[in-house]
Amino acid sequence: MAYSEQVIDHYENPRNVGKMDEADAQVGTGMVGAPACGDVMRLQIKVSEEGVIEDAKFKTYGCGSAIASSSLVTEWMKGMTLDEAGEIRNSSISEELALPPVKIHCSVLAEDAIKAAIDDYKSKQ
Amino acid sequence: MKLPLYLDYSSTTPVDPRVAKLMCDCLTQEGNFGNPASRSHLYGWQAEEAVETARRQVADLVNADPREIVWTSGATESNNLAIKGIAHFYQKKGKHIITSKIEHKAVLDTARQLEREGFEVTYLDPDTDGLISPAMVQDAMREDTILVSLMHVNNEIGVVTDLAAIGEVTRAAKVFFHVDAAQSPGKVAIDLEAMKVDLMSFSAHKVYGPKGIGALYVRRKPRVRLEAQMHGGGHERGMRSGTLPTHQIVGMGAAFAIAKEEMAEENQRILALRQRLWDGVSDMEEVYLNGSIDQRVAGNANISFNYVEGESLLMSLRELAVSSGSACTSASLEPSYVLRALGMNDELAHSSIRFSIGRFTTPEDVDQAIAQVRKAVTKLRELSPLWDMYKDGVDLNSVQWAAH
Repeated sequence: MAYSEQVIDHYENPRNVGKMDEADAQVGTGMVGAPACGDVMRLQIKVSEEGVIEDAKFKTYGCGSAIASSSLVTEWMKGMTLDEAGEIRNSSISEELALPPVKIHCSVLAEDAIKAAIDDYKSKQ
Repeated sequence: MKLPLYLDYSSTTPVDPRVAKLMCDCLTQEGNFGNPASRSHLYGWQAEEAVETARRQVADLVNADPREIVWTSGATESNNLAIKGIAHFYQKKGKHIITSKIEHKAVLDTARQLEREGFEVTYLDPDTDGLISPAMVQDAMREDTILVSLMHVNNEIGVVTDLAAIGEVTRAAKVFFHVDAAQSPGKVAIDLEAMKVDLMSFSAHKVYGPKGIGALYVRRKPRVRLEAQMHGGGHERGMRSGTLPTHQIVGMGAAFAIAKEEMAEENQRILALRQRLWDGVSDMEEVYLNGSIDQRVAGNANISFNYVEGESLLMSLRELAVSSGSACTSASLEPSYVLRALGMNDELAHSSIRFSIGRFTTPEDVDQAIAQVRKAVTKLRELSPLWDMYKDGVDLNSVQWAAH
């Protein structure tokens, strides 16, 4: 399968790889997917008192498109408010990465991960 | 552009230059271009002679009578001809067929077609090593069983079926035994005089011969009859009509002759290379060889790198030509059905890579592959949340996953 340049770039140089302390009240963690399906994404956000995402980290088990989707959203989310981040749609992710139809589910998973991380953060407040 | 390093010999092989030369001699006006079925002139006679020489070469490698070899377009056609041919000819005797879950699609899809026609098929589960035992075949046998179809060497994991022992079971029950041997000639000794196999499918392109040519062995004693699937000029004693492609057939014959001559030495050399590969990667944590280690062809190493997903691993290994699962199914997102049939969990099945080593692989090639694999696996594990969890001692089976 041919990958787009954008996917290859994120895959070769993934942004914001890492892990934050899940117990920290400022941190929201979203883990979506399942090993059986071939992809698992863990997305974490660190939110300031003003409700702005200061930092984002990810780790992903999955194909190149799944890795690229999660890497891309960590870049986008930094500096956004929670409401802004919650409005990121999978279609913008797949468009930016030029994902082929069989890989659209990777962008859906990334959108789910964002929502899960935001929900987790909110549940801690 | 530098070509990727080829380690996918189970998928196909390059034609041996010695074979290619002989094939070229059968194409042009100056060469042996005649129709082997032409009885009235020298062109036909010469072509027929070349075809019969090749038939003998194929028969010699597997210790069969040349009259038992029927030319086809490849192992897929041979499998279709054998399975449908037996089923249709003997359906009055019974409509039950036994095969296994790890067969090639050419057998599984043929079996599915027969199910649509009213046959019943039992799909045997292999053991965790990927092996089908004579007892499993015995237990599945019924009054109305007419055919058992099993592969000799599995294309994904390279394990070898004990044909001699299973042949005893089928012959005692007077059930036909078909073997898909696409992957085994030149890799495992085949003696059809000794083994009680009734039909065997062969392919040329896995043995350094050309694509588009194969053969079906059809036993003469006890006699096996088939209903033809291709009708026409009555070639190949009516079992498979169609003008014989002299150049392809000559290529297959030459390839099988070389295999007979060189297989003992070649397999030793290839086995040493596989050991080198395995030694080079197996000291990493959570790396597994899939399928039996002992009952296996020399060139195959199907390895799971746990907590790393196969497709992303392939992406990192762009300089290596290897495959994830089987090349036929790797476009889909499903993990390999063969590995799942071994009882492997989905993560391990998703993390598998098949390396297949062959005639033109060098120790330097293997060393290069090892270095690239180690680098890629290390990088992807650093990216993997599952690896983190494994390192933190989390049992992944205890996690409530949101399947999607």
